[in-house]
Amino acid sequence: MNVMNLIRIALRALQRNKLRAFLTMLGIIIGVASVIAMVAIGQGSKKSIQDALSSMGSNMITIRPNSNVTAGARLDATSVQTLTIDDVKALQKQAQYISFISPAVSTRGQAINGALNWPTSMQGVSPQYLDIRKWHVKEGNVFTEADVNTAAKVCLLGQTVVNNIFAPGEDPVGKIIRFNKIPFNVIGVLEAKGENAFGQDQDDVILAPFTTVQKRILATIYFQNIYVSATNENTTKLATAEISDILRRSHRLKPADEDDFAVRTQEELINTFSSTSQLLTILLTAIAGISLVVGGIGIMNIMYVSVTERTREIGLRMSIGARGIDILLQFLIEAILISITGGLIGVALGITASKLVTTFLSWPTLISQSSILLSFLVCGMTGVFFGYYPAQKASRLDPIEALRYE
Amino acid sequence: MPDKILEIRNIKREFHMGTEIVRALKGVTFDVAAGEFLTIMGSSGSGKTTLLNILGCLDKPTAGEYILDGTGVGKLSRNELAKLRNHKIGFVFQAYNLLPRTSALENVELPLFYNSSISARERKQKAIKALEAVKLADRLDHTPSQLSGGQQQRVAIARALVNEPVMILADEATGNLDSRTSYEIMALMQELNQQEGKTIVFVTHEPDIAAFSGRTVMLKDGKVLKDTVNEAKKSAKDVLASIPVTDDY
Repeated sequence: MNVMNLIRIALRALQRNKLRAFLTMLGIIIGVASVIAMVAIGQGSKKSIQDALSSMGSNMITIRPNSNVTAGARLDATSVQTLTIDDVKALQKQAQYISFISPAVSTRGQAINGALNWPTSMQGVSPQYLDIRKWHVKEGNVFTEADVNTAAKVCLLGQTVVNNIFAPGEDPVGKIIRFNKIPFNVIGVLEAKGENAFGQDQDDVILAPFTTVQKRILATIYFQNIYVSATNENTTKLATAEISDILRRSHRLKPADEDDFAVRTQEELINTFSSTSQLLTILLTAIAGISLVVGGIGIMNIMYVSVTERTREIGLRMSIGARGIDILLQFLIEAILISITGGLIGVALGITASKLVTTFLSWPTLISQSSILLSFLVCGMTGVFFGYYPAQKASRLDPIEALRYE
Repeated sequence: MPDKILEIRNIKREFHMGTEIVRALKGVTFDVAAGEFLTIMGSSGSGKTTLLNILGCLDKPTAGEYILDGTGVGKLSRNELAKLRNHKIGFVFQAYNLLPRTSALENVELPLFYNSSISARERKQKAIKALEAVKLADRLDHTPSQLSGGQQQRVAIARALVNEPVMILADEATGNLDSRTSYEIMALMQELNQQEGKTIVFVTHEPDIAAFSGRTVMLKDGKVLKDTVNEAKKSAKDVLASIPVTDDY
């Protein structure tokens, strides 16, 4: 008895009951398709978060004031003001693991150009800010250190701001806009950056020298953030420790005092989001895996019924020379064929479903080869595992009784 | 004396039903020569089904010796018995036992699937040849539900012939058929026996069917009651010719 013959026998047996074979397959199809689609959605969201974060500059470090205890009350971080130009200077002078540094101070207001106006925010930064954020100027130039020193009324516009206060086709560079009644000379337009991982429009911003925002708009000496970029991704940890150290000294904190600032790296953000979406992937895959097992049980159920129903057929096959092992293999191959075919259809369906999700819901999906391979493997094993017992039952029938079975 | 296909020596078969022992065969002895057409007769409970199962290598005797075409069956394993059934025996059943929704050709091919020495092309050729022998060459693609009872039984006979067995073993093969179709089947059996020299062992309880065979073994209560050579053997073809065709209308 060769295996090719057995496969042919099994195929013919399945052909005789196409509808039932298909219905049995359905469990596997849905199981595999959902595993692939769910993993694709999970992986896709994970990757899109990672991409978004690394486009922000993955070696970016953010320093912000921390909630501090003042007279027993813990204050909100935004109302705490501890970061000054002295901190920036101290970091510039002492830190060896940082390549760029920019303070940041921001304010909201109305940008006006002629008859058009738009509510937006103005970020006061240093020229190095663009290096930290890996941002580029599309037209015009970046303001200079000289502009910072003189608190010059110059600005760079984000694409969203340009779209809202300039007519289409109009060149903003060289024009004068007003922000909170103060006229600013537009010296450049920023490249469109799109939404960040949190869905915020990153292009809805005006960049100006921090001194300008501090002195001419807010009248403050404090910063809301200091952005730093580490020399490379691997030195982020060292840079973080170094920054804490320098700032503690600069703020003259005693060893017992809590930090009045917080240092955040992108890595932490990436890890946080990765582990969240990892959890999501595991959860979705588990649910899909359960449906795969249910599909397998469906196969076992149908194979058992099929063995009972086809008792006379089994008796006949034995009487014309089929050995127990032939019958066992026939039923096993039938089960495997059902699950493999179901698996193939499921893979196709899963990929299609992932594409449809991307097309219609614009969720990012990432079809991983490993999930296809894995679900296919699980499929084959399901066939063997759930097909074995019914097949064994069939192979142990007594031909005499099986032939007389009614 | 031609070669002996079957040698049965003092075969006994006992069944254990709880604490009781049922003795279905109590010592049966006979031979069948090559090219013989033998009927085994007996009423219900005579042991003919048990004997048939043993002759068909589906069951083994409790005691006694059974030699099929020179092979002692008594010591064989389940798998060796299966191989023996495949190579040496062609079964024809009362209820045809064809696979439903499967063409006549594929039904006939079935035994060859369990014979790994036969290629796919040979398989088809042999199956077509067997169907030609039972005059169903024009019904290759018909499924059992598209065939009459007599045609279905002929497909079953073709299936029994396809592996070129040394013996055809028929179990009440005319039991489900009307008398006219029964005679047709018997005519086919006689033709196979006389022209092809096939050895046929035919189990029946109808005396008029047994009249077509060359020899009858009568069983009663697990023993051979009579073993008679049929002198006045009838030709099924002649009987068939004597019945008007439009009988039923």
